[in-house]
Amino acid sequence: MKLCFFHLMPYQDLPESFEKDYHSVWVDAPNSLFDPEKGHHMYNDFLDELEYAEKMGFDAICVNEHHSNAYGLMPSPNLMASAMTRATSKAAIVVLGNSLALYNPPIRVAEEMAMLDVLSGGRLIAGFPLGTAMDTIFGYGQVPVTLREKYQEAHDLVMKAWTEREPFAFNGKYTQLRYVNIWPRPYQQPHPPIWVPGSGSLETWDWTIKNDYVYCYLSYSGYKVGKTILDGFWDEMERQGKEFNPYHAGFLQLVAVSETDEQAQEYKDSIEYFFKKSLHIPGGFGNPPGYRSVKTNASQAGAETMQSRTKQLSDFTWTDYLEAGNVIVGSPETVRQELTHAIKELRVGNLMLLLQFGDMPKELAMKNTTLFANEVMPHIKDIWSEYETRWWPEKLTEPSKSASKNTSQ
Amino acid sequence: MPETITISLRGGDFEAEVLKDGSGPPLLYLHGAIGQKGWAPFLDALAKKFTVYAPYLPGYSKSNGLDKLDDLIDLTLYQFELLDALGVAKAHVVGHFLGGMIAAEMAALSPSYVDKLVLAAPAGTWRDSDPVADLLSMSANDLQNDLWSSASSSMSLSPADFEANARLKAALAADRMQDLTAAGKFLWPIPDKGLKRRAYRIKAPTLVIWGENDRIIPPVYAEDFAKLIAGAKVSVMSNAGHLLMIERAEVFADTVADFLS
Repeated sequence: MKLCFFHLMPYQDLPESFEKDYHSVWVDAPNSLFDPEKGHHMYNDFLDELEYAEKMGFDAICVNEHHSNAYGLMPSPNLMASAMTRATSKAAIVVLGNSLALYNPPIRVAEEMAMLDVLSGGRLIAGFPLGTAMDTIFGYGQVPVTLREKYQEAHDLVMKAWTEREPFAFNGKYTQLRYVNIWPRPYQQPHPPIWVPGSGSLETWDWTIKNDYVYCYLSYSGYKVGKTILDGFWDEMERQGKEFNPYHAGFLQLVAVSETDEQAQEYKDSIEYFFKKSLHIPGGFGNPPGYRSVKTNASQAGAETMQSRTKQLSDFTWTDYLEAGNVIVGSPETVRQELTHAIKELRVGNLMLLLQFGDMPKELAMKNTTLFANEVMPHIKDIWSEYETRWWPEKLTEPSKSASKNTSQ
Repeated sequence: MPETITISLRGGDFEAEVLKDGSGPPLLYLHGAIGQKGWAPFLDALAKKFTVYAPYLPGYSKSNGLDKLDDLIDLTLYQFELLDALGVAKAHVVGHFLGGMIAAEMAALSPSYVDKLVLAAPAGTWRDSDPVADLLSMSANDLQNDLWSSASSSMSLSPADFEANARLKAALAADRMQDLTAAGKFLWPIPDKGLKRRAYRIKAPTLVIWGENDRIIPPVYAEDFAKLIAGAKVSVMSNAGHLLMIERAEVFADTVADFLS
């Protein structure tokens, strides 16, 4: 198992009736709501939490890119990752990731990620999301129907920039460059492992499998809905004749651990803040015409995730979130059981844990992290030990780190 | 009843579905962002005096090839090829919103194809103070409402028009994802795509016509086109919204026919 500590860096001080008074947390939430002084403290708390995760033995720390929103305050995840290269030394740094179509020219991604890889001594995992519609279509003005093509072209350019050792010209539809010659080049050869976050688009499955990348399903619908998506991914793998390996997929799960099940009520406010405020997104922003293919919109997975999400956002209460598996909450024993069940149901080897969410204060985030690391981690870390991952920084998979896993070379 | 013609262009790269009816001088009608749902009453009225061609733009209905058109210029050149294939050397061009933007581009790029030009609530410019509606983030419900002048105006419609409108609203909702996929390619994020640099070339007599209650692109935009196109006449229709040619079919058809005759 690879256990990754994921942070969204949410804005934590939205008004009490935000979801009633404002149209959306993304795209058009006015930044008059952002208090820079509070923001300063939030950023530093969040970076402390990421550093602490490494100390507590997480395999990786994860940052991610979002724009024009109070859901996640990282328009540039690379800046946060950069701070982490200096503050950590053992954990993989997962930048999940850079939305390739948003960079002009996209070699900026090749350059910055190469910098991160060299700075960290080869600990970077490079994530290439298409990006949510809020980030790409509405925040960054991309044309929906050509976004995926632009993204794929940018991917081809970045990969070539990482692997070519001589300057080359690139004549693309969206980017034309007479000289491509990035300095520095990545520490890891031929390039850092690549993970692709998706939300159930059939196109993303197909492309991820063809390129032999890790597919990550990041949703907050919880593992019960997530299973529909990942089953679809594993089915597609099988159809394409690929060998099963749990490390081929990743999944994000909200987890909250307390001393007892009753005590876990202490997370109630943060959970509700997260689902009601941080995810206050009107349907029109989530899936504009052209963003997903007709095929995906018509697919069962597409319809189910949209439907269940809308319902969860508007109607759910604390107990509903727990029952639906949006959040795995409770005593260490409860969490161990439910999480083990989820991992096996989903068949995922890379688990991204969201232990800070919503307006959860630093002390509670630290407590959650501590309890998870001490009481849960030891019981799940050896799941899938019979498999090896080829999507992890080589430097970090040395025998000393995974001696018990009988790693062959 | 109009006939449906299928035209193949560029060795099969494009299949265009074109509705045709009427007799008289040729008139090309180019629909707007939310497409056209069959043969509308205003086209019927125009067909009494003109041979009306109403193609579905690429990406709409069965017309394909959207992926082979990268930008507005590609889309405009396509219209000339379509006219060539229809055997029409010169036509009156009437365009609504996206179609109006294409019509204006046709008249600018190749004036010899365009006899007279009618721009109904055309896209093509931008005003920070009066932004064009964001069609991509609008829910099906909001879109249906905002396409019309107001809920009360439908009360004044004849029963036949009211029924036709209700059918149209349902069709618009059903096809919204497909239709706006195509529109988004040419209008998003800001529909100002260079017409203002090229409009000086428009020589065709031009009528700019707007619904006074247009909630998608407000009538103040008529000023832009009056300024850009020398000698353009502006007509603002009362009790009409964005779909002025549907809401007030007779007045619209009469105004257009008068101008073209």
